[in-house]
Amino acid sequence: MSTPTPVRGLIHNRFEDGVIVASADQLINWSRKNSIWFMTFGLACCAIEMMATGASRYDLDRFGIMPRGTPRQCDLMIVAGTVTLKMATRVKRLYEQMPEPKYVVSMGSCANNGGPYWRHGYHVLKGVDEVVPVDVYVPGCPPRPEALLYGLLKLQEKIQEDRVLRKRGLTVGSLAGATLDGAADQPVAAGKK
Amino acid sequence: MSSTAPWISDWDGDGLDTDEMVVNMGPQHPATHGVLRLELRTDGEVVRAARPHIGYLHRCFEKHAENVDYPGVLPYADRMDYVAAMGNTLGFALTVEKLLGIEPSPYVQTLRVLMAELQRIASHAVAVGTYTMDIGAFTPFLHLLRDREKILDLFEWTCGARLLYNYNWVGGVSHDLPDGFLRATRDMLSEFDSVTFPELLDLIIHNRIFVKRIAGVGVCPRELAIAYDLSGPNLRGSGLAYDLRKDEPYSGYQGYEFEVCVGTGQYGPVGSCFDRNWVRVAEMRESSKIVHQALDRLEKMEKADVHEKVPKRVKPPKGEVYCRSEAPRGQLGYYLVSDGNVNPYRLKVKSPCFTAMSVFHNLAKGMMIADVIALIGSLDIVLGEIDR
Amino acid sequence: MDAPAIHGALAAAFGDRITGADLAAVSPFAIVEPLAIAEVAAFCKADPALAFDNLMCLSGVDYPKETPPRMEVVYHLFSYRHRHTFALKVQLPRESPAVPSVEGVWAVANWHEREAWDLFGIAFTGHSDLRRILLPDDWEGHPLRKDWQDPEYYNGMHVKPTQQMQERALGGEPIGVGPFDFTPANRSQEEP
Repeated sequence: MSTPTPVRGLIHNRFEDGVIVASADQLINWSRKNSIWFMTFGLACCAIEMMATGASRYDLDRFGIMPRGTPRQCDLMIVAGTVTLKMATRVKRLYEQMPEPKYVVSMGSCANNGGPYWRHGYHVLKGVDEVVPVDVYVPGCPPRPEALLYGLLKLQEKIQEDRVLRKRGLTVGSLAGATLDGAADQPVAAGKK
Repeated sequence: MSSTAPWISDWDGDGLDTDEMVVNMGPQHPATHGVLRLELRTDGEVVRAARPHIGYLHRCFEKHAENVDYPGVLPYADRMDYVAAMGNTLGFALTVEKLLGIEPSPYVQTLRVLMAELQRIASHAVAVGTYTMDIGAFTPFLHLLRDREKILDLFEWTCGARLLYNYNWVGGVSHDLPDGFLRATRDMLSEFDSVTFPELLDLIIHNRIFVKRIAGVGVCPRELAIAYDLSGPNLRGSGLAYDLRKDEPYSGYQGYEFEVCVGTGQYGPVGSCFDRNWVRVAEMRESSKIVHQALDRLEKMEKADVHEKVPKRVKPPKGEVYCRSEAPRGQLGYYLVSDGNVNPYRLKVKSPCFTAMSVFHNLAKGMMIADVIALIGSLDIVLGEIDR
Repeated sequence: MDAPAIHGALAAAFGDRITGADLAAVSPFAIVEPLAIAEVAAFCKADPALAFDNLMCLSGVDYPKETPPRMEVVYHLFSYRHRHTFALKVQLPRESPAVPSVEGVWAVANWHEREAWDLFGIAFTGHSDLRRILLPDDWEGHPLRKDWQDPEYYNGMHVKPTQQMQERALGGEPIGVGPFDFTPANRSQEEP
């Protein structure tokens, strides 16, 4: 993904400094990526690291990232921790309750692919991408707060590339336009393991 | 509007047609300390019956324990009570050592006590911080987490991990202390003793609003606490001065001077939410005392090899043992059955939060919904340990 | 009181319904006949010399390979008054194991017994609310039994790890090969 070429057109260089010219997509995506509100979906140990990331040392608020308790007001669901089979239906339901455009960050190895419980965990879901489409995977057990921040910055890069005005929720390489049973609008590899 | 219709203010309580409502809290909820689902049957705002549903974080620890070898159980044990991971591995290491019949050197025992008590301070910081956040005060959470980060820095310096350490091994510990650790810990503790702890007491614990909110709520009498096997700060908050570190000491605790903190009902009946919270706060101070004593000892001790008594292959003889230790959340018990193999045959964990949750339906009757939040926070549950 | 004295008191009160003991073990225990366990438990709590007012732990254990194959329920007791511990064991057949509930003696047994039912299938007769506690209500089977096999699916989700996961983890292949992994070495594999 190369950086998008700056817009040049009729009004380029016609004004002094203080006037910025950009495409509407860029502007909308810039404002969206700097104000990601996430749903506190802490399940297990990664939730403690997510809380630590939101606390004062590894502050999330300086990126505009704020926790909200309800899915109805969120852009992002950080699945932090092990998803069990009992919990999986609730994860899916909460994902469906989020309004578009929505993103999912899978935090920690349990959410990525079952983690240390992959082998004998009869009640552990082997990766949250069995029930919701994931945009960013953050590895670690638990990932350091800096690792989660890096994942969120990568998500910001992804949001910047979104094309909101063309088709809602459709991005280059994103799964956000995909329906949950796997059919995508663009021929993009699903990113599953 | 008809003039013959009665005003609501004219009705007395018996005339109003009310019905019970079932309110579902969780499993995703900002204040349930994890994935806990509470089904509350309420009459207006008052809870008539409560039913907790657990199992949303059941990660099959006991099945894993049967399929990996003894040192391999330790990372899984860490992840049960993930807020206080040192206590879990300490309990398991003590259990296996009891069956094997080995006792680590005094140097290792002092290291274990040092790490366990630092972990206790950090764990109670999270407990009190999130509790106050549930009640509605956001600032103590940030203050306590800031100070907890300093403890996590020390842990990371020693063994490389911030949250889940795999530190206490069977027969020893994983890493020795780095140079400069003792002085850094003393610096951290001096700040804790002189600034953080008094600030905590001043800002929130004796705060009138905090006290009024929780001092009469969730009173658990002593007999109920014993019947439902509450332990740790929950039991001591109900007035029973029983602490495994004093009454059945392990790992050298008998040589340390500290007090057992008990709830005394300073603001309300004994056994209220305030008392349980107060025990945790007071224990932070006692743990700081123990850490100072451990540091003094370590300065005088010769450095020993921390892997000296770690067996090359952990293969306990055939037999079974039940061993318990005082984790920050209560009495953590391990029942280990060994059949002579390198894997445990059966490992059952008695989790203090599991039994604390079992008393919930009893205490929640007659409370308002907001007080239910205060009750859960005061029991200090971690779902990873309840569900294992 | 030490273990032999406790065992003596129990044997005096119940005679041959205490069918065995191992007092030299690290955690001494006595084996009780299954149908008598509720009475023995009540005696342990009420007797002033024993005063076992606290049930520390209730565990189920599965021994399919012993002769005879059995399941056990182990009760670890503690007394706050006298500060002594003891354990009681009950041995049950592996097919439809059933034992009276001790919920009336120690209230905490309610949840412990639900867990034993959930994970082992041990039925506790007289329990007020015997239903699954950790696993979902529509789960089939009792996973901590030694003959448990992971099913393929539960409600459409994989339970047993897939062949691909096993090969990757045990074969040592690098995980993270996919369309978003831009390591040049991995780029050529699994192109969409």
